[in-house]
Amino acid sequence: MTYTKYLSVIGVVALVIGVNACKPKNAGNAVTGDAASKAYVAPGKYDEFYNFLSGGFSGQMSVYGLPSGRLLRVIPVFSVDPEKGYGYSEETKPMLNTSHGFVPWDDLHHPELSQTNGEIDGRWIFGNANNTPRVARIDLTTFRTAEIIELPNSGGNHSSPFITENTEYVVAGTRFSVPPDHANGDIPINTYKQNFKGHISFISVGKEDGKMDIAFQIECPGVNFDLSHAGKAKSHGWFFFSCYNTEQANTLLEVNASQRDKDFIMAVNWKKAEEYLKAGQGKKQKVRYAHNWYSDKTHTAISEIKTEVTVLDAKTLKDICYFIPCPKSPHGCDVDPTGEYIVGSGKLAALIPVFSFDKIQKAIADKAFEGDYEGIPVIKYDAAIYGEVKKPGLGPLHTEFDGKGNAYTSMFVSSEVVKWNIKDLKVLDRAATFYSVGHLCVPGGDSRKPNAKYVIAYDKITKDRYLPTGPELSQSAQLYDISGDKMQLILDFPTIGEPHYAQAVAADVIKNRSVKFFKIDENAHPYVSKGEGTTKVVREGKTVHVYATAIRSHFAPDNIEGIKMGDEVYFHITNLEQDWDVPHGFAIKGAANAELLIMPGETTTLKWVPDRVGIFPMYCTDFCSALHQEMSGYVRVSPAGSNVPLTYSTGKNLPAADAGGTK
Amino acid sequence: MKRALFLATIWAMIASCGNDKQEENPYVMQGGSPEAQAAANENPAYDPERGEGKFTNVEVSPKLDAAMADKGQKVYEVKCNSCHKLTDEKLVGPGWKGVTTRRKPEWIMNFVTNTDKMLDKDPAAQAQLEICLVRMPNQNLSDDDARSLYEFMRKNDGIK
Repeated sequence: MTYTKYLSVIGVVALVIGVNACKPKNAGNAVTGDAASKAYVAPGKYDEFYNFLSGGFSGQMSVYGLPSGRLLRVIPVFSVDPEKGYGYSEETKPMLNTSHGFVPWDDLHHPELSQTNGEIDGRWIFGNANNTPRVARIDLTTFRTAEIIELPNSGGNHSSPFITENTEYVVAGTRFSVPPDHANGDIPINTYKQNFKGHISFISVGKEDGKMDIAFQIECPGVNFDLSHAGKAKSHGWFFFSCYNTEQANTLLEVNASQRDKDFIMAVNWKKAEEYLKAGQGKKQKVRYAHNWYSDKTHTAISEIKTEVTVLDAKTLKDICYFIPCPKSPHGCDVDPTGEYIVGSGKLAALIPVFSFDKIQKAIADKAFEGDYEGIPVIKYDAAIYGEVKKPGLGPLHTEFDGKGNAYTSMFVSSEVVKWNIKDLKVLDRAATFYSVGHLCVPGGDSRKPNAKYVIAYDKITKDRYLPTGPELSQSAQLYDISGDKMQLILDFPTIGEPHYAQAVAADVIKNRSVKFFKIDENAHPYVSKGEGTTKVVREGKTVHVYATAIRSHFAPDNIEGIKMGDEVYFHITNLEQDWDVPHGFAIKGAANAELLIMPGETTTLKWVPDRVGIFPMYCTDFCSALHQEMSGYVRVSPAGSNVPLTYSTGKNLPAADAGGTK
Repeated sequence: MKRALFLATIWAMIASCGNDKQEENPYVMQGGSPEAQAAANENPAYDPERGEGKFTNVEVSPKLDAAMADKGQKVYEVKCNSCHKLTDEKLVGPGWKGVTTRRKPEWIMNFVTNTDKMLDKDPAAQAQLEICLVRMPNQNLSDDDARSLYEFMRKNDGIK
């Protein structure tokens, strides 16, 4: 089909559906009477669900309560966050280290909660970095980023961080194929077909500690890997990735990657890959990537550069990968709770193809292939397809499941959520979204056990939904009650950054394991001060270490003299509090840095290089008590050659410096 | 039928009210000390000598347990000395000199382990809060920590 022909088909379909869908034009006629009571959570009461949203180009992950839509927390992941000192404190800077050095930003698209036996276990949530390819693991006892691993041989980690049903692996597929890292990359871009490869990474996850490690990569033909989901139950052992740009275009993809009538879903037999790996069939390649992890005992992150990865070649190692034709640039690749149905969402198609795992297995056994694509067998469409949802709407993107035999698919172009029955492929209901819905989320909606009270739609455009705030508007989420036959819109709430995928889970799975404070006895930070009696200021050449404590409502020491121009000062602040919700902040005038926000029992370090002679106030930034305004101190900075001795004190108001540094 | 439903609703409301245990808010002061005193007086179950908490009867030997006092001193140095001196000088909180003669061991140990509840209820604790204006932090001491700390206070008060 030519491009113009294709456009006219879309046009006609749009017309038909536009008439059929009878989409409300604004909010007024979309909300019914009891919506407010369904979304209402009384002051002081907890929400029933946590909702974890990707922050998109903010690089962070946000946590909302449902059904209220209240923002509970923004977890810094791939971007620095001056509010929490993330990426600014000496302890967290290593978290953002990469083979490119310190990278302060990324684009987080997909959160994925860890699972055991296909059910959300509430231990960790993973997130992907779409720009400088990485995967992060967030510890849900602290709601903090615990680990980040970079991916070699990749360019744009989009089809990630989806997991297998026991969190054996978290995957990462490259969106932009690139020459492998070990190869010469100084080549013409238009040699894509010869030189560019698509790598899929399988990252193993430690059963107890969650520690990530790239177990192996699979080298595949150069295409764009878009989204993925693991098989589950009967299809456990398989992974499914959607691919577009099977045209292998390297310019104007908008047109050139939309030529073929069908692209692919790639089925990966990862158990088979494990066998090859065990048999030593993987090739060790020289690469460079960062692996960073944070310890709640030392309160410090470590970054390590790793130099080797094992790669399996999908072309020569048979039976790992199979391509399944899927209409027109598939985006979402979603597996139903039984593991039998794989839903591809051809974002430029006017239908939703549903593939059958059993049929795929039979097709492979029968060698029902229509040929191969760069050495990978291509299964015949008819041999893999269970059926198609006809005319569901325009621009199908993503599908979630309710565990009752129904699927919910987002329609980007026609701005709606469409509910359909998986068995008979009939559309059951439609609900308008405002506007241009991207991802959807049903609590547990991509697991074996959905908890299908709500579907949440994450919209790309809000236009007239909220008070205008200049040219840039908040993006939004919309909450629909799906407990009945019909979807009911009950709430809009604005989001940070751009929400892509999201996960939701019953609050009970997570809330009781939340850490309230860090035990000071267990603090193993090398610069901890366990009690005011151990506070001190130590000069090592031009480096000065301040071992300080914070407790309501003073720092010790709070008067420091003898700092000189040319010094690098490290404030290691230990929060001595041992109670919930009593962080202290720390800031000092002129710091080319951020504040510290120090949790009870934690030690955190701010580096400060004074730029002039004078007196510098420092203070607590987090209102901690009735005497919070008093929680402050001074640092005196003298010229480089000065003979002012190094002294420090708390509570001594002497006219002259106290030479011994006693308190 | 309608009437039955109505009654059921009412019953459900009552039932839910009954079950709705009000969480005590540690950040709301329950009133100044005279009122608190009155409240305490009106509540004969509350023993201002003992305070409120898990310690009802603490065995104290006339002789100091020196090892225990040393343990208590370690707790003091990490969790207490930011605000409490060992003399009678007030820092953020009152100095500890003589505290074991002013307060029963049960009161002290309850106060350091059940801080928020006591600050809301106990007349003496509230009177002190009016002077210091910083709520004593709950430093999450274990029962052992509390007992050792009390022994250290005794040592500080001259028990040998």
